[in-house]
Amino acid sequence: MGIIDKLNKDFESRVRLGIMSILMVNDWIDFTEMKTLLNITDGNLASHSATLEKSEYIEIKKEFVGKKPKTSYRVTNRGRAAFNEHLNSLEKLLKSNN
Amino acid sequence: MNQKHQEDLLHIRSMMERSSRFISLSGLSGVFAGLSALIGGLYAYQLLEKNGINYFEAKSVSISSSLVSELFWTGIVIFIFALLFGILFTVRKSKKYNLPIWTSTTKNMLLNLCIPLVAGGIFCLALIFHQMYVIIAPATLLFYGLALVNAEKYTFSDIKYLGYCQLVLGSIAAFYLGYGLFFWILGFGVLHILYGLMMFKKYK
Repeated sequence: MGIIDKLNKDFESRVRLGIMSILMVNDWIDFTEMKTLLNITDGNLASHSATLEKSEYIEIKKEFVGKKPKTSYRVTNRGRAAFNEHLNSLEKLLKSNN
Repeated sequence: MNQKHQEDLLHIRSMMERSSRFISLSGLSGVFAGLSALIGGLYAYQLLEKNGINYFEAKSVSISSSLVSELFWTGIVIFIFALLFGILFTVRKSKKYNLPIWTSTTKNMLLNLCIPLVAGGIFCLALIFHQMYVIIAPATLLFYGLALVNAEKYTFSDIKYLGYCQLVLGSIAAFYLGYGLFFWILGFGVLHILYGLMMFKKYK
């Protein structure tokens, strides 16, 4: 197995992969925008983002804009490093298979 | 397994692109903006002729203030048409590809596009105020070119080449005062149409 072990289990889900990809190239992204970009439901986004937060890969900010609650996401340094590593492993894996 | 990883990478790439660049900008917007400019430019040429000014012969022209305001409003109408076409085709494209429109990327792009444009607009108003009409065409080309180069980070990066071309045209036009309308039609009309067609082919 070797290399395959290095693939991060947290990024196995397409949704989580999507969240990380979007946050890698953006600063704060709010809930609605994230939802539209990924084309997923509220609950789906909430549960996947909670998982990523638990692993300390992303930061979740909750605030009030006027009377409306607003949730935004940002990648942490730890998340950035983990995602880069994941990309490297993917790359190596594809190279060794070709 | 390999297939899944490849799809993962494609997904990553597409998400990064969708979320960081405004890719709903349609090539057709460019084509129709160019056509508006072309028609408007020809109309302006006719306006000048009707007022007894042969554009390519007149070296130093004195323009009446009523003609100035007519030319000014022609410009505004062209701008509105170009903008409306731009919005129309962009909304159509984003609906077709199911892309969100009003995102922070869009706002960033518009902001970066508008900073040089607003500065240029104020500069041109000052030129009109001081009756330095001959410099207006090169100035609009230059500021527009800068705006495009500035917005490049937030949309298709090809747009910077259009910006460079406008900058070159504007710079040349600055030395050939009196041929402003000609360069203006070339930049806002012909270049837009060419660029629009190229983008339409490349990204449709």
